[in-house]
Amino acid sequence: MTDAVELKDVGKVFNPGRADQVVALTGVDLTVESGQFVSLIGPSGCGKSTLLRLVADLVPPTGGTVTVAGKPARKARLDQEYGIAFQQAGLFDWRTVQRNVELPLELRGASRAERRERAREMLDLVGLGDFAGHYPPQLSGGMQQRVAIARALAVHPPLLLMDEPFGALDEMTRERLQDELLRICARTGTSTIFVTHSIPEAVYLSHRVVVMSPRPGRITDVIEIDLGPRSDATRQSAGFFAGITKVRKALRGAPTAAAEVTA
Amino acid sequence: MSTTVDPIAATDPTAPVTLGRRRRTRGFAGLVRALLPPLVVGAGGLALWELVVKAGRIAPFILPAPSAIWEQFWLSREVIWKTGLASGTNALVGLVAGAVLGIVAAMAASRFRLLGEASIPVAAALNALPIIALAPILNNMFESTSSIPRRVVVAIVVFFPVFVNTLRGLRQVDPTHRELMDSYAAGGWTFTRLVRLPGALPFVFTGLRQASSLAVIAAVVAEYFGGLQDGLGSRITSAAANTAYPRAWAFVVGACVLGLVFYAAALALERLATPWRRSG
Repeated sequence: MTDAVELKDVGKVFNPGRADQVVALTGVDLTVESGQFVSLIGPSGCGKSTLLRLVADLVPPTGGTVTVAGKPARKARLDQEYGIAFQQAGLFDWRTVQRNVELPLELRGASRAERRERAREMLDLVGLGDFAGHYPPQLSGGMQQRVAIARALAVHPPLLLMDEPFGALDEMTRERLQDELLRICARTGTSTIFVTHSIPEAVYLSHRVVVMSPRPGRITDVIEIDLGPRSDATRQSAGFFAGITKVRKALRGAPTAAAEVTA
Repeated sequence: MSTTVDPIAATDPTAPVTLGRRRRTRGFAGLVRALLPPLVVGAGGLALWELVVKAGRIAPFILPAPSAIWEQFWLSREVIWKTGLASGTNALVGLVAGAVLGIVAAMAASRFRLLGEASIPVAAALNALPIIALAPILNNMFESTSSIPRRVVVAIVVFFPVFVNTLRGLRQVDPTHRELMDSYAAGGWTFTRLVRLPGALPFVFTGLRQASSLAVIAAVVAEYFGGLQDGLGSRITSAAANTAYPRAWAFVVGACVLGLVFYAAALALERLATPWRRSG
């Protein structure tokens, strides 16, 4: 099966040749296999959001190639091969929750019946079926993010891109939504690239944690996580804490052992 | 498989407790509760006014009593209705024309950035001029039996609030929405149609609400300067000229009612067109 995402020697320079030139990314090689959950973690300025936007073709690379679902990034974007969610839910206040989820389907030209059915399906998947007729200002932040996730998955894309989607939420809602997200990804089989600031979040959600560092932005380490199916016990398990320690060490710059983290 | 109580929302500490948490009193009881305080205050104010005039024996050319005004209002009710319709029609035609022009100009100004940058200070400067002063000039330009001068004055007065507010609404776009639509490769007209225009609607209606009251004022006052005398303005001036002050006030009351009707209509239209603003 083709890899979900493949980045080869990707670089990005903002304002090249000018005084305020910034080397946001350099020499990035990354492969995300189909069905994998990969987190990008690193301090501010390490280029993780830029990397996500390169995959999304919202920003063009200065060098290297970005391949999504076997196609160049631009074609993948035009074919809606991914869904994206940002830190702000970005819902349209003038549309009901259901019509918000229908948005990507509408842009694709789906029929009204098909849109309605698919939106209903996605809202039920995120547990908001009863709120289809509500308007976004009536929902809490956590619920709005769930709608944003439903919208991102509305066209059943093979790839989900998320830029700190739970960053603006409180800890309890975060943990709940992390479980939700894993359940949804398992159900739909989507590959995911997830940008986060939170080490426990990265370890809990991912198969692999990609550690990045700034100036210039680059990947310094890739840590495999093998905690098995997540449950309430996972957050207390020794393997979970070992994983967090490994990631923290990698972020601080100490080289880690190549061994996997096991539960 | 959705049940009446969403199990996840029920245990989600941040979810609203019930589906309609901030429930305002609906229906007749709600209407009464909303209208009662202003009605009581208004009635109290009128009673106080009556008392002050009667007890202080204030002459009618300074301040007529509400009872005298009401008497004149009732006597002239046919005329008030007829002239009210005429002024109302002028206000409406001018309002529609000025609003359409204001919206189109705002769309052009937002589309062509240079135009937009240049136009706002010009609009602000023009708005500072007393537009009503154009009325005598326009009256001379057209026949004395034409309604056009008054309607043009109304249209100009209405243009500015609608233009400025609509332009503001068209300009503010949430950057997250921009990125989202980029990810869908939806730009140009699709973006304008799905994001910019609906996002600007609340601003358009803010402008329209301001403009609706201004339209009535302009329609009434424009008549003070001559031209066709078939509206409320002409009756106010003629009653005042004949020192029939309670009658002049009666026509003023008519103009107030007309202004309120326009404002209420603008409000109703806003509620209809932007249903999401009432929620949450």
